[in-house]
Amino acid sequence: MIPAFEEPRIGVYVCDCGTNIASKLHVPEVVDYASTLPNVTIAKEYKYMCADPGQLMIKKDIREHNLNRVVVASCSPHLHESTFRKATLDGGQNPYLFHMANIREHVSWVTSDIDDATNKAKAIVSGAVYRVAYHESLEPQKVDVRPEVLVVGGGIAGITAALTIGNSGKKVYLVEKESTLGGHMAKFDKTFPTLDCASCILTPKMTSVKNHPNIEIITFAEVSEVSGFVGNFHIKVKKRPRYVIEDECIGCYACVEQCVYKVPKFLSEFDEGIGLRKPVYIPFPQAVPNYAVIDPETCIEFKSNKCKKTCVTACNEVAGRDAIDFNQKEEIIELDAGAIIVSTGFKAFNPDVMPQYGHTRYENVYTSLEVERLVNSAGPTGGEVILKDGSKPESVGIIHCVGSRDKNHNKWCSKVCCMYSLKLAHLIKERTGAEVYNFYIDMRTPGKGYEEFYEKLLEEGTHFIRGKVAEVTDWAITPQEEGKLVIRAEDTLIGTVRRIPVDMVVLAVGLEPGKDAGDIRRIFNMSCSEEGWFLERHPKLAPVSTFTDGVFIAGACQGPKDIPESVAQAQAASAEAMCLIDKGFIELEPNVAVIDETRCSGCHVCLGLCPYTAITYNKEKEVAVINEALCKGCGTCVGACPSKAINQRLFRDEQIFAELEGLLLV
Amino acid sequence: MNNYLYYPGCSLKGTGIQYEKSLLACLKALDINVEELPDWNCCGATSYMSVNEKSAFGMAARNISIAEREGKDVLAPCSACYMVLNKAVHYANEYPDLKCSLKKAMNAVNMDFDGNKQEIIHPLHMMVYQYGLENIEAKVTNPLKGMKIFPYYGCLIARPQARYDDATYPVSMDMLMGTLGADVVDHTLKTRCCGGTITGTISEVGLRMVYILLKEAKKKGAEAIATICPLCQFNLEAYQKKVEKVYNEKFDIPVLYFTQLLGLALGLDEKCLGFGHQIISPRKLLTKNQPL
Amino acid sequence: MIDLSRKVKYQEELDKNFLSEMESIDGGENLRNCIQCGTCSGICPMSIYMDIPPRKIIAMVKEGFKEEVLTSFTIWLCASCYACSVHCPEQIQITDIMYALKRKAIEEKVYPKRFPIPILSREFFKMVIKRGRNSEFRLIIKVWLKVSIAKMLSMTSLGWDLIRTKRLSLRSDRIKNHKELAIIMKNLNGTS
Repeated sequence: MIPAFEEPRIGVYVCDCGTNIASKLHVPEVVDYASTLPNVTIAKEYKYMCADPGQLMIKKDIREHNLNRVVVASCSPHLHESTFRKATLDGGQNPYLFHMANIREHVSWVTSDIDDATNKAKAIVSGAVYRVAYHESLEPQKVDVRPEVLVVGGGIAGITAALTIGNSGKKVYLVEKESTLGGHMAKFDKTFPTLDCASCILTPKMTSVKNHPNIEIITFAEVSEVSGFVGNFHIKVKKRPRYVIEDECIGCYACVEQCVYKVPKFLSEFDEGIGLRKPVYIPFPQAVPNYAVIDPETCIEFKSNKCKKTCVTACNEVAGRDAIDFNQKEEIIELDAGAIIVSTGFKAFNPDVMPQYGHTRYENVYTSLEVERLVNSAGPTGGEVILKDGSKPESVGIIHCVGSRDKNHNKWCSKVCCMYSLKLAHLIKERTGAEVYNFYIDMRTPGKGYEEFYEKLLEEGTHFIRGKVAEVTDWAITPQEEGKLVIRAEDTLIGTVRRIPVDMVVLAVGLEPGKDAGDIRRIFNMSCSEEGWFLERHPKLAPVSTFTDGVFIAGACQGPKDIPESVAQAQAASAEAMCLIDKGFIELEPNVAVIDETRCSGCHVCLGLCPYTAITYNKEKEVAVINEALCKGCGTCVGACPSKAINQRLFRDEQIFAELEGLLLV
Repeated sequence: MNNYLYYPGCSLKGTGIQYEKSLLACLKALDINVEELPDWNCCGATSYMSVNEKSAFGMAARNISIAEREGKDVLAPCSACYMVLNKAVHYANEYPDLKCSLKKAMNAVNMDFDGNKQEIIHPLHMMVYQYGLENIEAKVTNPLKGMKIFPYYGCLIARPQARYDDATYPVSMDMLMGTLGADVVDHTLKTRCCGGTITGTISEVGLRMVYILLKEAKKKGAEAIATICPLCQFNLEAYQKKVEKVYNEKFDIPVLYFTQLLGLALGLDEKCLGFGHQIISPRKLLTKNQPL
Repeated sequence: MIDLSRKVKYQEELDKNFLSEMESIDGGENLRNCIQCGTCSGICPMSIYMDIPPRKIIAMVKEGFKEEVLTSFTIWLCASCYACSVHCPEQIQITDIMYALKRKAIEEKVYPKRFPIPILSREFFKMVIKRGRNSEFRLIIKVWLKVSIAKMLSMTSLGWDLIRTKRLSLRSDRIKNHKELAIIMKNLNGTS
């Protein structure tokens, strides 16, 4: 039982944790018991081991009593394992010669009988003492970290992160799925609560990104594969062909104007289907990068090969260039980066699954994003809020909570809809003078200046009716309702059912995880919450890190949020990323699995089991190899290996059996 | 799949007699065999649940047990019966205590209750989703020649379980009527309650429910209303004259069962489709839709 | 005359057990989750006739306003069309709760005299439990005799329409195994 190479001299410290432990079990009895265990040199009790005097005691005792193992019986290792490891190191011993016994969360907090608790504590301490005798000195692994950062997603969060990191002198790759940066914010007209013009505050940032010497923008592209580990990621980016040579295009619009389609005919994705575009287009005037795109689904040349190609002629004659290339192919770009920030944003809820709101049936029922394009001065109606027949609405109903706070669809609150509904109420009233009715369940306006914004709307005479709308229909009871869209809801505050005929209905749709969020998180090895949002490491204390080291998240992909919060998270993620990169190296926990090559039969069982894809097969040696930087020490391969060729540092078989022996003594 | 048990429910033997006649005639024409559920008892409809919950489920359970013993799926043309039987199955699955009590009660009379062995399906859904619209279309000999039909589903076929159709905006009858050659009127009152038993008891309220539906049908230029539930048909037709009096508006819209229209399109004899039982005469429609 | 009665509700007047009674029924589980959004009242076709809209009924059940709820007309006006249950964002089965309230009102006999709906339910129940089937004609006669003969007489033209179109069946069927049904009912109600 006693290892032959060294005689352990163990110091055991049992913490009172104030009254947390001391009042629930007999600590002196545990100390006395500990001192009878083999190899225990000293056993002490102390009120607060984690406090400075406690740690000082460990350091002093190591020197005075020549201790070479330390056991502290107190709280959870999650809280203070690193504290006591440091104390052991400062005392002159390897920090991994320390072991923690949890007698608070595992004993005093969960056992009611004081004698039962004392016995259990004795067993746990005994287990720890037996185990620690088998601990060996270990060194954390140092791995170099590459200085580049990959930012995935070019919305406001991605742009902020790219600028923050670029400004620190580091190289940034900004990959964006659409043909332009800007995300959802580029579609808005004004932002709440200041009514800042979204383009006015966004486009300078987009231009900074474009002109930044440290930022490389890759648009119309998606990350297809990520391999490697923290500090050393290897990324493959699939760039779709836009059929325009980016280095040649100057964004002069000549090709768009001269396209054989004299008038735009196809639904514009950027305009949320409200506006039209031609097969060759630039999504919006301030697009960054300002290159044209050709859509192969609608362009005649791709269908018939017989187009006059007036776009090419225009490019030659007007711009003096030859930027259009119908033979452009998909490109795979390979990059290396030390840290990754994922800021892929959200998707708006599609209300077509709620036929009671009539989005598919009635042409004057719009979603909020569609209305954003209406009110946007660069949008398809030049900022005019008009009905499908061109006339101005005299009454508008805005329905809150469409698809949100609803167990039949998305049960969460989408956080921003109340505020943007107020904003749209203001803008619509400003442009049309219409009577505006907001139907809500609760008015959620936290945030700086948000309550004041609500007051402003109240002062403007907006009607606020507290009652979730049951249906929007066209069947009329009174003559005034003929030809209008009737909203039926209970005005719960006044206490009566109301029927309100309006010309236009705006559905305040909620936010949900992006359409390809599931695919994205698998590529980056991230977890997601039950609802599909990317999972942060800790909801309160680590909102921008994930459980995969080196991959950070920022913005709406982590959960519904507004622009100031997305920017804050982007800056936080940048700080975390730079923290990793500036140091230049990272230290990894040494509790990794190790393969004994002499015992490995090359059976491949462990390869498929590793959740962190840390194991590969070496064909020449015909053995499995573990990448210690990727290994998280989960133990799956250790248990699965049929040849018992894998052992895990800090969880060696001898250590585990010794602990069991100690536990079962009591 | 062409062998069903037929659960008429109390209404189809009484005020809904033309539904039974036309349904059985259509099933025969479509080569679907049906046999009346042996010794079926009343499902309990909506009234039972207002008095005693356990007994209400018990009423439904007996019929389900008989069907399971016979080993065939059940056609339930009355929407209320359809809803009650399916609700018993659904709640028995959701609440194990209920299933236990029902099993015990059925065991006491040497029967067993499972709930998941046979499906209880409405003939509308059976025809559209199981038999298939293409197969029906193949048998249409006398299409409805653009007859303007206002499809009215009522509430209980679509709710509380929306198994084949959306709960507020179903389309199965629209599709069927379209296949039969009708000009289907689109409207948003497809599943708005007709008043149910309220029409007969608190007439002021119930009549208004009926009025709203009739008014929309008239506004949209409907020549007939197609229904799938005997209570809806009763409310919309039998009370139509009263509604006309109270609201001082003329409607005169025939209210037919979808099986009567189906039978017409399949070229079946008028007599076996129960047109003689209609209070508001569909004579105008039938003259227009003479077989070729 | 102005109604000067004090409109305040004291805690002693509430029934603390009412909520737990209602949420223990099959379908009453999510009662506590009601966020008072008003969708149920908004979609209910009968809510404009109800003295207490469905949303308020749920709020009152939660707080124990038993008397107000059981004496309301609301629970009888519910046509059980399930629109509320299907649209409720908290998936509260409001229709089932309405049925439970109906049963409670019948049990405690708190409904207006000669009110047709509970009388209809009770007569239906009695007829079916004995015969296994119901005869629409006999049921109507029984109900209106108890409610209002005058009302019944006003329905003669409807009656005539039904007679002339041969839809009024005077049969009174009885299922063969009515004894079996009686055993089932006894077993379910715990008296076998």
